[in-house]
Amino acid sequence: MSSDFPRKVAILGGNRVPFARSGGAYAAASNADLFTTTLDGLIARFGLAGEQLGDVVAGAVLKHSRDWNLVRECILGTALDPRTPAFDLQQACGTGLEAAIVVANKIALGQIDSGIAGGTDTASDAPMSLSDGLRGVLLALNRAKTPAQRAAALATFRPAYLSPQVPANVEPRTGMSMGDHMAITAKEWGITREAQDELAVASHHNLAAAYDRGFFDDLVTPYLGLTRDANLRPDSSVEKLAKLSPVFGKGDGATMTAGNSTPLTDGASAVLMGSESWAAAHNLTPLAWFVDAQTAAVDYVNGRDGLLTAPVFAVPELLARQGMSLQDFDFYEIHEAFASTVLTTLAAWGERRVLP
Amino acid sequence: MASLRNDPYAALLSSPLGKRVVDSLGLPQPTKLRRYAVDAPVLDGAALIGGLGEDTPIADRAKALLETEGVEIGDPFDTLPVAAVIVDLTAMAGPADLERLRAVVAPSLKRLTSSGRVIVVGRPWESARTVEQAAAHRALVGATKSIAKELRAGATANLVLVAERAEDNVEATLRFLLSGRSAYVSGQVIEVGGTGNGDSLLLPDDWTQPLAGKVAVVTGAARGIGAAIAEVLARDGATIVAVDIPAAGQALAGVANRLHGTALQADVTAADTGERIVDHCHLRHGRLDIVVHNAGITRDKLLANTDEARWASVLDVNLLSILRMNEAILGEGGISDHGHLVLVSSIAGIAGNRGQTSYGASKSGVIGLTQALSRDSAVQARGITVNAVAPGFIETEMTGSIPFATREVGRRLNSLQQGGLPIDVAETVAWFSQDANAGVTGQVVRVCGQSLIGA
Ligand SMILES: NC(=O)c1ccc[n+]([C@@H]2O[C@H](COP(=O)([O-])OP(=O)(O)OC[C@H]3O[C@@H](n4cnc5c(N)ncnc54)[C@H](O)[C@@H]3O)[C@@H](O)[C@H]2O)c1
Repeated sequence: MSSDFPRKVAILGGNRVPFARSGGAYAAASNADLFTTTLDGLIARFGLAGEQLGDVVAGAVLKHSRDWNLVRECILGTALDPRTPAFDLQQACGTGLEAAIVVANKIALGQIDSGIAGGTDTASDAPMSLSDGLRGVLLALNRAKTPAQRAAALATFRPAYLSPQVPANVEPRTGMSMGDHMAITAKEWGITREAQDELAVASHHNLAAAYDRGFFDDLVTPYLGLTRDANLRPDSSVEKLAKLSPVFGKGDGATMTAGNSTPLTDGASAVLMGSESWAAAHNLTPLAWFVDAQTAAVDYVNGRDGLLTAPVFAVPELLARQGMSLQDFDFYEIHEAFASTVLTTLAAWGERRVLP
Repeated sequence: MASLRNDPYAALLSSPLGKRVVDSLGLPQPTKLRRYAVDAPVLDGAALIGGLGEDTPIADRAKALLETEGVEIGDPFDTLPVAAVIVDLTAMAGPADLERLRAVVAPSLKRLTSSGRVIVVGRPWESARTVEQAAAHRALVGATKSIAKELRAGATANLVLVAERAEDNVEATLRFLLSGRSAYVSGQVIEVGGTGNGDSLLLPDDWTQPLAGKVAVVTGAARGIGAAIAEVLARDGATIVAVDIPAAGQALAGVANRLHGTALQADVTAADTGERIVDHCHLRHGRLDIVVHNAGITRDKLLANTDEARWASVLDVNLLSILRMNEAILGEGGISDHGHLVLVSSIAGIAGNRGQTSYGASKSGVIGLTQALSRDSAVQARGITVNAVAPGFIETEMTGSIPFATREVGRRLNSLQQGGLPIDVAETVAWFSQDANAGVTGQVVRVCGQSLIGA
């Protein structure tokens, strides 16, 4: 192999559709619909119509059996040159990230010059679902405009609604939902209800502000009437969230509510990557360089690891390999399944401690 | 988004005149207009060319053009069909010379084929040397508009006023008027002058690719007239940057991908949109040559019921945004020298319309902006042209949703007895965008089939 490799991998831009509540705006859309729309928006933004890219790698966690060649089928529906290869992969919540690693590695090794990585999911039966009763209460609460309406919505709440109806949405080996797993971890790490609610509220407010200042103007392709994320609640407040009852975990110490946990969501996103010369030839300015990636897995079945704590192990390994510290970064993104996941991860990194 | 379907017919449709037209429904089917195709001849039949006196510079050039294109020059004394008649009256000294117009055009009208063309050529009367000369050349306006109303079967008549020493700049305009590009343009007066900075203009290597190598921005390109403009500019060789509001992003992506251009999601009223357009064009495409300010909205309501917000939104999108974006577009590192700005006005901006005071104001303001900017000394020195197109009744999805009888009235109230298509507006915009057309600036051309409104 020539010593020119590995070479630099540029992150050139991205696109997504607004994220919808499951059963909402995208109820009738398929994974392919979501991803094709996302790709066409990306293609238009970067002037790629008719281009043959090196590879397009993406996946969906919840996939119909007919979608065995999902991504390649999507390509044939886009404005890309139909000779653009593509394949599906799947790694639970890490599907999109793993796709990006694969594309980056291929570029780094000179196997391709350009590629798109992405993910698509319509989570109508994702591994977390609230009972219809609780959904009804929360949706009514969401629609409520006056304190009286809010009170009326809350009055319809019944304790029985708390049992999540998730027969299929559990870890096969533990029989527990992702949320219940996370509730155990949060408790072990002493992540408070207040901290989770604060993070959730800040997250809503920051997202709303970003939309308002036009940050997403050229990052999102609206779809089926949705122009902003349907989960976004700009008027969310710590006081409002404080009123919600926990939905994951049991007993007095339960902290995870529908307000600080991610609802079931449908959406798709994609990122364009390329070699330095491909970027230059297409007049694209790299936004960042893909330097390295690390995947980890944890023993949540027999060991004491929390189900969602793999990043806690992956990042130190990555930093050690690169001779870097967390202070060397300007931005971090932590997968935000639950506010408590983010807070646990930060706490673990901060204490340089990992669960035994 | 408010629809533009009422532009500018809503009030008219309920007027006594409108009712009379409804009553007369059952008119013969309107002629299918001859429209441009890349492989279509400039003219689909012979042309008659006439003029006054020995010195007929435009007739000479028209003859040369038609000969290059292999179009037969007809014999004024026989009766065979002709597809066009061109009469060069640039030499007129006084009203007595107008007889020549009659003598050339009158016998040709019966010979004119479907979608035929009458092109009358004079001089701008403002620069006439004598009162007699001014009267004669101004008379061509009334004469040409009357001829346009007399014509049938999709034929059009237009007047071209060519300034002295600008005779070499007329080819793009003659080609436009002769060809199917001007299908829905009739009764118009077009002035052809010198290039702003005195440079001689550049003719394209290939007249089917007059915009080759150019980068063009079209605002409001996600649908309707803007999408058609993007398509025609791309067909003519330009690379397209399609701009529309973020909420229209999916349709915008469709347009950009179809034309192999790029999409830029931006609200034209945002403070930084002009800069974003300029940056995008230069970073991604290396240049910026053509800007079409097409984005527009209506918020129709009687003025008596119009509040400040409603008023402001229309003026902001349709007029103020253009001024704001132009600062970056015309500023350092913006549009290239010899570039072209095209604004989309409306016949509501010429005639006014009940319930459209804000819209009428904005579209009339667009005309003032166009004319003043075209005369700006810096703009002229850079050889940049600024023109406006004023569409009449254009068949869009929205006009399609008007109830049948009402719609029939709207589309019939013009000399061509039919609505125009978005592509007709787009063809005029594309002609304004040609370097070969650098002698045409400060013009407002209606694409309205010689609508009775505001004529
Ligand atoms: N349709 C007609 O008969 C007619 C007649 C005369 C003039 N016009 C003019 O032609 C132009 C196009 O009209 P149309 O019929 O295609 O209308 P349309 O409503 O179909 O399209 C207008 C486009 O402009 C976009 N737009 C609106 N506000 C914008 C903003 N703030 N920033 C960016 N984009 C914005 C819209 O999203 C839309 O895609 C308008 O300027 C209109 O006033 C139309």
